[in-house]
Amino acid sequence: MVEPSSPLETSRRDFLAATARTACAAGFFGTALGLWIGQARALPASTLRPPGALAEDDFLGTCARCGLCVQDCPYKTLKLAEPGSGPTLGTPYFEARKIPCEMCSDIPCVAACPTGALDKSLKDISKSKMGVAVLVGHETCLNFLGLRCDICYRDCPLMGTAITLERSHNLRTGKHAMFIPTVHTEACTGCGKCEKSCPLEEAAIKVLPPKLALGVLGSHYRLGWEEKEKKGSALIEGTIDLPDRGYSPGEPVPPSPERNSQGGFKEFRP
Amino acid sequence: MKQRLPGQAARARHGWWKASQWLVLRRLAQVFFLGLFLTGPLIGVWITKGTLASSLTLSILPLTDPLFALQSLLAHHSLEGKVLLGAGLVLAAYALIGGRMFCSWVCPVNLVTDGAAWLRSRLNLPEGVTFSRSSRLWILGAVLAVSALTGTVAWEFVNPVTILHRGLVFGALYGAGLVWILVAALFLFDLAVSSRGWCGHLCPVGAFYGLIGRKSLLRVSAIGRQACDDCLDCYKACPEPQVISPALKGAARGLGPLILSGDCTNCGRCIDVCPERVFEFSPRWMERKSKDVSSQTTRDGTTKAAA
Repeated sequence: MVEPSSPLETSRRDFLAATARTACAAGFFGTALGLWIGQARALPASTLRPPGALAEDDFLGTCARCGLCVQDCPYKTLKLAEPGSGPTLGTPYFEARKIPCEMCSDIPCVAACPTGALDKSLKDISKSKMGVAVLVGHETCLNFLGLRCDICYRDCPLMGTAITLERSHNLRTGKHAMFIPTVHTEACTGCGKCEKSCPLEEAAIKVLPPKLALGVLGSHYRLGWEEKEKKGSALIEGTIDLPDRGYSPGEPVPPSPERNSQGGFKEFRP
Repeated sequence: MKQRLPGQAARARHGWWKASQWLVLRRLAQVFFLGLFLTGPLIGVWITKGTLASSLTLSILPLTDPLFALQSLLAHHSLEGKVLLGAGLVLAAYALIGGRMFCSWVCPVNLVTDGAAWLRSRLNLPEGVTFSRSSRLWILGAVLAVSALTGTVAWEFVNPVTILHRGLVFGALYGAGLVWILVAALFLFDLAVSSRGWCGHLCPVGAFYGLIGRKSLLRVSAIGRQACDDCLDCYKACPEPQVISPALKGAARGLGPLILSGDCTNCGRCIDVCPERVFEFSPRWMERKSKDVSSQTTRDGTTKAAA
């Protein structure tokens, strides 16, 4: 390589000292950058990745931060993180409570992604897992209070599959039913329509990253009733079935309330 | 005494256009490349989608920042063919025309740091802190190492080039926000802390493009160097003045007249400001030609300077 002519001959020692100085500075810079990345790669729980996004660690190593997915989103759902806006700088995200995903059937955001950070093997938007809805506000959800709000259930694009209304007894009044919005995590795409439509000041149902939302059984756990069904007989042969004291299977269980002719419960009088 | 600003003498001798043409063309190119990205968001006419990180022009031409692709691959992630093709096209283009033409003809940060350099020369400010020109290579090395160690695209966590470009394309720059603070910080750094500090010494993107363009075909040549009267205007105007000396003053050592350093951004400002019209753009193969000629007969400065 051609060096500029210099009136002074740089001595070997000066050269090594200068190189060591620059190397140390670069090492300091690299360490600071690494520490900053450790801080800045956090994804706030209120922000969701576009459909088909790889697992967060892979996503951050693959996403070019180019914004093609954002520009092809017809509903302006997706945004790029600007300095100070929460998710990792430059990466695409959306906030369900602001603009949820409309679940376009042609998934234009995934089609636009040049790098594979949004996985093109996702062909059916109802199979996407942007997050999982969780009804976190058991004390504020209007249905939990005994009303028939049902908005999240009705706004769910997979109504009746991803969210169902499960009837249970209203113990407070003792004579009414409660219809509890219940998320079925295997069907929920995390589109966020439920969170957006919740009429409370702060949504009682929220879409969370699956990692935060879901419990995971220990891999060694076996469910006895499933194992028994698989086997087709008792798991342990030859056990003696002793009679249960105070209970015989033929009798109705005492706390079960009586139904009237319309299928409802008998009026309760304390 | 009134200071001598580079370009004044050339303007007096050759007129405004001859003393500014490459600067004007370069600004037009910067506006043009920004315009490709901005017509879509601003007036709904989509020419180029995406940003400098990765883009799609007229729904057919994919281009990708090869430094992003390199970091991602080092971070052990596999990329789709489209993005690798885009990175390959960008690599090939800059390898031909000079990698750092990205810096001076395309990169939006150049407008900020050129602005700082312009004001700096008008205010006649001292050099300030000087970093080694090799700092950027070390920073590039650190960025690649951190990418490999953290499994992320490390430079994208701080890259002012893409932050500024995203700010322009996605609108964060049109309101009050942190992007403005970053732009101001870059400007003030180059103005008050270090002359040509960012683009000339620290930016690893520039370092990377400099490496790509080391063997590029398009060069600036000090073809008329025998006419040099040591006014230093080219050195003052040049963002990378260390690249000039071997070409302009290296005749006695058998160097030049082509500027061969990958650091040269092909901005053409030296061509503009030289009152003696020493410089011009030249294809790389002219080097051998001029050497051959000078060794045989009486070709310009080489023989004169040697005499």
